[in-house]
Amino acid sequence: MSGLQIPMEHVLALAGLLFSCGLMGLMLRRNIIFMLMSLEVMLNAVALAFVAAGAQWGQADGQIIFLLILSVAAAEVAVGLGLVLQIQRRFKTLDMDQARRLRG
Amino acid sequence: MSMAVLILMLLGGGLLAWQSERIHPDLPRWTALATVIVALVFLLVSLPPEQPTLPTDPRGTGDWLLHLKLAWMPRFGIALELALDGLSLLLLVLTLLLGLIAIASSWSEIDFKPGLFQANLLWTLAGVCGVFLAVDMFLFFLFWEVMLIPMYLLIAIWGHENKTYAATKFFIFTQASGLLMLLAIVVLAWQGLAASGRLSFSYFDLLGLTLDPRLGWWTMLGFFLAFTVKLPAFPFHTWLPDAHTQAPTAGSVLLAGILLKTGAYGLLRFCIPLFPEASLQFAPIAMGLGVAGVIYGAVLAFAQSDFKRLVAYSSVSHMGFVLLGLYAWNQLALQGAVMQMVAHGISTAALFMLAGALQQRLHTRDMGRMGGLWHQAPRMGACAMFFAVASLGLPGLGNFVAEFLVLLGLFAVQPWLAALAALGLITAAIYSLWMMQQTFQGSPDEQRKLADFDVREMLAMGTMVVALVWLGLYPQPVLDLAQPVIDSLQHLVPSDNAVVALAPGAAVNKP
Amino acid sequence: MAGVWLIPLLPLASALLLILSTGKMPRQLVALLGAGSVGLAAICVALLARDFLADGEVRQLTLWTWLAVGEFTPRIAFYIDGLTVVMMSVITGVGFLIHLYSIEFMWDDESICRYFAYMNLFVAAMLVLVMADNLLLLYLGWEGVGLCSYLLVGFWYRDPANGRAARKAFIVTRVGDTAMALGLFLLFTELGTLDIQPMLVAANSHWQVGDSLPILATALLLGGAVGKSAQLPLHTWLPDAMAGPTPVSALIHAATMVTAGVYLIARTFGLFLLAPPTQEAVAWIGLLTLLLAAFAALAQSDIKRILAYSTISQIGYMFLALGVGAYASGIFHLVTHAFFKALLFLAAGAVIHCLHHEHNIFRMGGLRTRLPVIFWSFLIGSAALAALPFTSGFYSKDAILLSAWEIPGIGPWLWAGGLLGAMLTGIYSFRLVFVVFFGSAHTEPDRQPGWKMATPLIVLCVLSLLGGLLVLPLSGVFPPAAHPAASHAVEYISIGTPLLGLLLAYLLFLGRQLSIDTLADGPLGRGLSDLWLKGWRIDQLYDAVWVRPYLGLSHWWRNEPVDRIYNALVSLCQWAHHRLCALQTGQLRWYATSMVFGLVLLVAIMLRNAT
Repeated sequence: MSGLQIPMEHVLALAGLLFSCGLMGLMLRRNIIFMLMSLEVMLNAVALAFVAAGAQWGQADGQIIFLLILSVAAAEVAVGLGLVLQIQRRFKTLDMDQARRLRG
Repeated sequence: MSMAVLILMLLGGGLLAWQSERIHPDLPRWTALATVIVALVFLLVSLPPEQPTLPTDPRGTGDWLLHLKLAWMPRFGIALELALDGLSLLLLVLTLLLGLIAIASSWSEIDFKPGLFQANLLWTLAGVCGVFLAVDMFLFFLFWEVMLIPMYLLIAIWGHENKTYAATKFFIFTQASGLLMLLAIVVLAWQGLAASGRLSFSYFDLLGLTLDPRLGWWTMLGFFLAFTVKLPAFPFHTWLPDAHTQAPTAGSVLLAGILLKTGAYGLLRFCIPLFPEASLQFAPIAMGLGVAGVIYGAVLAFAQSDFKRLVAYSSVSHMGFVLLGLYAWNQLALQGAVMQMVAHGISTAALFMLAGALQQRLHTRDMGRMGGLWHQAPRMGACAMFFAVASLGLPGLGNFVAEFLVLLGLFAVQPWLAALAALGLITAAIYSLWMMQQTFQGSPDEQRKLADFDVREMLAMGTMVVALVWLGLYPQPVLDLAQPVIDSLQHLVPSDNAVVALAPGAAVNKP
Repeated sequence: MAGVWLIPLLPLASALLLILSTGKMPRQLVALLGAGSVGLAAICVALLARDFLADGEVRQLTLWTWLAVGEFTPRIAFYIDGLTVVMMSVITGVGFLIHLYSIEFMWDDESICRYFAYMNLFVAAMLVLVMADNLLLLYLGWEGVGLCSYLLVGFWYRDPANGRAARKAFIVTRVGDTAMALGLFLLFTELGTLDIQPMLVAANSHWQVGDSLPILATALLLGGAVGKSAQLPLHTWLPDAMAGPTPVSALIHAATMVTAGVYLIARTFGLFLLAPPTQEAVAWIGLLTLLLAAFAALAQSDIKRILAYSTISQIGYMFLALGVGAYASGIFHLVTHAFFKALLFLAAGAVIHCLHHEHNIFRMGGLRTRLPVIFWSFLIGSAALAALPFTSGFYSKDAILLSAWEIPGIGPWLWAGGLLGAMLTGIYSFRLVFVVFFGSAHTEPDRQPGWKMATPLIVLCVLSLLGGLLVLPLSGVFPPAAHPAASHAVEYISIGTPLLGLLLAYLLFLGRQLSIDTLADGPLGRGLSDLWLKGWRIDQLYDAVWVRPYLGLSHWWRNEPVDRIYNALVSLCQWAHHRLCALQTGQLRWYATSMVFGLVLLVAIMLRNAT
């Protein structure tokens, strides 16, 4: 039961698709919550690719990285949601186009 | 070793002065005064009785009195290498003397953080001493920066109304040109590595390198720019009027008296000896800049209404003579340039001290609001008159000897340029006398109260008066001290060279 | 005589003492020190002169080597020959009389200490000038007297006009001095020394008569002489320099400093002999100056300005003498002029002193009986100035005119010009006498001169009358002049011309047989008198040609044009800064998008490079 059961290309295409969806969401959505969610989608797309690659070559590295991404994503969500709360409190909106005090 | 001790002494004295503020606010200035006096005495005592010549010297570059080499970063060929010869000694004594004058001139001027002020003063002095002593190029660059930062702080913290602008301008000009020098130093060291297979930043190792003419030209230019910005020569002088005007009195005294001299010293010690061929090619341009500075500075000095600005522009004019003297490159002119460094250091320091005293008393530097001050402060007026006529080059005072020698040497090389530069004598008279007219002459304002110079100020002024008269009537000791350096410069170029061959008296031997 | 160094040191030491006392010395002591030091110096000079006349030996004294750089080794050294002794005697002798006079003149001034300090400093500098063994030391004295002149002209510093006059005096002469400095550079570069006597020897052995180098060198020296001696074209400072106290005008701007140019040319005459064109230029400058100044003197109404223009004119005679090679006559005229012009200035000062500082001659008048001592002094001085027969001025001026006549070619022209000048001198000097001392009184004197004023006047009267009989010990200094062998007719004309001037002045200003008003009322007369009053408008010319352009230039540059380059650099940085700032929109999505595109770009480049 070694190796990948489905063709690698399919998994990678799916990962690419998911990644692009996340990227488009990140670029197009204005709500910070949705942007964070898109980010999660992108992370998961990458994680999928890692898992698939790990299975393909029968090595544990892919899964290790997956675990790493998982924890990073969790940390990121924690910090990100904290920031979201602050943004909501300061700007009374979650629209990131409104929160642009750092412009030059 | 004594040279390192001297520098450490000044650095440590600065720390001491800084911390002594906690005990009593008057203590820092006494600490600073004591430090400089001790340093001066120490310097004079530690001189060797005879004049040993260093054997490490490849081209016979003068007689070195002291030499010190301690390992620092051997893998890069960087050492703590200090050396002292007549020229450095002369400038060190000038530095410490003017340090005393600077402390005296700021005696009652500084209320805000007096400890830090005196510390910065002493650290500047330490940096300048290091510059005059370092013969390792890397160490030289280090001291070059060390002297810059405390001076920046002096202007930026204790300056006048527009201090931030002036301090920043001063910093950027010096820093930018310093970076060019660093680049040139590195290029030079790499060339040394290529030539001898050993990386070394020592002046003695780098001296006498044969460089590719193009490379030599550009490397020389890096040094030249760094030094002429500091000098300052036209057209790199524009930081100077702002910095001088905004600096506190002691800062102006140090800036005009000795920091400008580091530029001239650098040209004389490093730029010309390291790149004789390139410098020779460059001499006409440098002399052109010198003449332009002489006239431009004098015309602008006349146009100013701010006392300190006027004196600052007069410095530009006078330092033009130094540049002329260095690049005219014969014995007379070089001696004149060294003399000008010393004489200008004293006369301009005195004028800045005067300007500071006036500002402290009248709360203005605008000469339009002065006039007739002689009536209220005759001692001040007499001092001002003395230094005004010194700066216009009255014979019998040091500045005259300097300018006369420069022009005399220049005349043998470039008569027309000398004639043009001699216009500086007329324009100097115009602005000096105009300055006297606007401040001390004219009808006095009877309501105005003006305290005349007190004993402390007269003592400082008296020292400088005596020094200038001595330099004017018997300058031989100074000339003798500088002679070895100047001899070595003259050996750098082939003796049949058109510039040097025009030695005075050569015509007499012609049939 | 080893004590020669004492002579300049005495007044110098006194000046230093007076300066260091910072005005706290009692008046009596100031006067004693100020006049006494010059008096002592005069005694020393008299002793020196006695010794010199006895043996005629040139004395040299080296104090120390000023500086030694390579072959340039000027020394602080004195060289004393007949010419020097003559000059020293004039400086200390006339100088002492003027100091004595000053005690009374300046007694009420609060700054009497400063006054005597400057005056003593001047005497010291002037002595150094004439005693100098080399041109550099001479230059030291030269600039030193210039400084003292500046200080003394602007002595009453509260009036800005005085300061202006003082600055003008210094700067205009500085123009000449700079030319002279260039002359020194040239001489040293070519001849290898600035010591006067060896230099003259070297010049003779290296240069031929008429070479271009000696012409250039002498022309540059002449520039210095012209500036100091107030000759065309640098004469404009002298009339304004009358702003100083009158004894200053007598000492500096009549008797001593202004004749330094004459001394310089006489001292270096060996060079001028090698340069006939310059020599001729000296003569023409002298002639032109003496005529222009004499005309200008005709129209002035300020008593001191009349005398100032007459000084310019008389120095013109000295230049004429130097130009025609009659060096001894030139120096002779220098000496007699020092006597009678000092006398005239001191007398004029006494008039001003006694008439509440009145300067306008038309508000004086009728003073002949009221101030008899001054009247007689003035009369004698004017007679000598106009060169009436048997006064001192007559001998010296006559000698100059006869020497001029001797010159082949241009000689008669120079002679005729000099004669015209002599006639004009007669007119303006006696115009002054007649207007001030005759006619009806306009201002009453409020005091009489005391003994300290009267004594110098009387001594100078005697010298002005009998000075012509002096025999100056100049035979060893200058080449013997060819004995004038002019016809008697020429001599008679020379004698008669000043008398004609006197007669004209009498007819115009005293007898009123000729009406000056009708002469001056026509358009030509009015134009001319206005032109002369303003000194041929040369001041206006210089104002337009030099002063205004310089002011304009400095005003134009005032705000530091060079800084514009750096400001442009700053602007460029600021511009770039603003452009780059525009990229930082603060929009998170924009950043994300740009990162994505940046990544795409990078990957594209990598892929491209990989293939």
